[in-house]
Amino acid sequence: MDLIADNLPAYLNGFRLTLQLTLLAGALALVVGTVLAALRVSPLPTLRGAAVAWVELLRNTPLTLVFFFLVFVAPQFGILPPLGFWTAVIALSAYTSAFVCEAVRSGINGVPVGQAEAARAIGLTFGQTLGLVVLPQAVRSVVPPLINVLIALAKNTSVAAGFAVVELTAAGRRVALANPAEAIQALAGVAVFYLVLTIPAGYLAGVLERKVAFAR
Amino acid sequence: MSSVLYDQPGPRARRRERIGSVAGALALIVLLALAYRYAEQRGLFGADRWDVLYDPPKNQTAEDVWRSMVVVGLGATLRAAVVAAPLALVLGLVLAMWRTTRIGWLRAPATVVIELFRGLPVLLMMLFALLGFGWDAFAAVVFGLTVYNMAIIAEILRAGLASLPRGQSEAAAAIGLSRWQTMRLVLLPQAVRTMLPSLVAQLVVLLKDSSLGFIVGYPELLKAMQNNAQYFGNRYYVALFVLGAGTYLVVNLSLTRLAVWLQGRSARTAGRSGTDPALTAAAAATAGGGPGGTGSAV
Repeated sequence: MDLIADNLPAYLNGFRLTLQLTLLAGALALVVGTVLAALRVSPLPTLRGAAVAWVELLRNTPLTLVFFFLVFVAPQFGILPPLGFWTAVIALSAYTSAFVCEAVRSGINGVPVGQAEAARAIGLTFGQTLGLVVLPQAVRSVVPPLINVLIALAKNTSVAAGFAVVELTAAGRRVALANPAEAIQALAGVAVFYLVLTIPAGYLAGVLERKVAFAR
Repeated sequence: MSSVLYDQPGPRARRRERIGSVAGALALIVLLALAYRYAEQRGLFGADRWDVLYDPPKNQTAEDVWRSMVVVGLGATLRAAVVAAPLALVLGLVLAMWRTTRIGWLRAPATVVIELFRGLPVLLMMLFALLGFGWDAFAAVVFGLTVYNMAIIAEILRAGLASLPRGQSEAAAAIGLSRWQTMRLVLLPQAVRTMLPSLVAQLVVLLKDSSLGFIVGYPELLKAMQNNAQYFGNRYYVALFVLGAGTYLVVNLSLTRLAVWLQGRSARTAGRSGTDPALTAAAAATAGGGPGGTGSAV
């Protein structure tokens, strides 16, 4: 425990960076993913196709490969993403947007068909049907899976450790490498910080899920 | 393609849609054309950027390059996944059964193990094995993949068990099967079949996560890309990336297709055998799995 206490500033700095990455990339991914989901249910085939391509491409690509692209490949054709933090934000939000899109889309599909039919029957347009009737109901059932997506994002920020961002995992690795005899304690300290983030969030998702299920 | 969100379009709406569709397509084409011009101006399509794939410099043959990527690199990626996947499945099965035993205090350790490993990044667990236990890179990758995915698989199977109608275990008890026989002969086969799509989707996640080996020094596909680029020159990064990323997409998309196909199949058979497909779908959703699996992906 002394080891963690001695290196507490390093852990806290790493933890702050992990939080910043999660919040920034999470916010961006929520916006982009929701737009993508709207495109995927839109009546315009080209836009649907583009959104499907984006989602399928990123869902079947490892996150490490996205980082690899931004850090090593993109500079080869003149795109120099600012190294470190912002590269990580771009990679994480692009990757997570695909999963947000899927969560939102399955939420839209989960709204009973009769709701949309009724909205159409009283003459609402596509935009009104979606905005006034379907989405408000979809949001309720989408929140728990979205929290799960954000939990996955919080864990995924650790990939940035491999690409010059000293977030929580990288901070822990430094401490572990500096104290090889106590590497397990050093990494256990990292684990505690992640669990502080992920377990309550997972609990919240479970509670909300039961609530929504009960209301239906 | 019809949707409840909008009517079968009439002539005017169809015209509007066509206009919108063309406008959208035009916008996309303009974007792509701009990207193409940008890339061309930087010589991205010159032969000196791509000849590594068919006529590499430094007296190497194209066969060497492809072999180092598709055979050696992908081979190492698959080897880690192929060792970790059965381990994760077996341990996940054990954990799932452990967590559903009837004696409350016995369940607690399984719950702790599952919650612990589910809430930690895979990379951190690889580092535990690498730095904490002093294992080599391959063992570290397999360890990380195994402990993370066994927790997720345990949750998937638990959701599958929970989705079975109570009558199944009651009927098994009625004909005199023991707890263990009920589990082995009646409940597990159904739970596994219900959750097969989620399980395959989780295997895609496992395969994707093996790329974290790049960070802990395991020479897999990404490392093969980097090694080639460093040997032949950085200008080949684009060509090598296209080959490497294409390899990943081919493997993962085939596995995803398999999951979708299995889902269609199990939905059909479930309908026939009288299990409520909606219940099954709901269970798949709560497990955070399914081909749309979100909760657990790296």
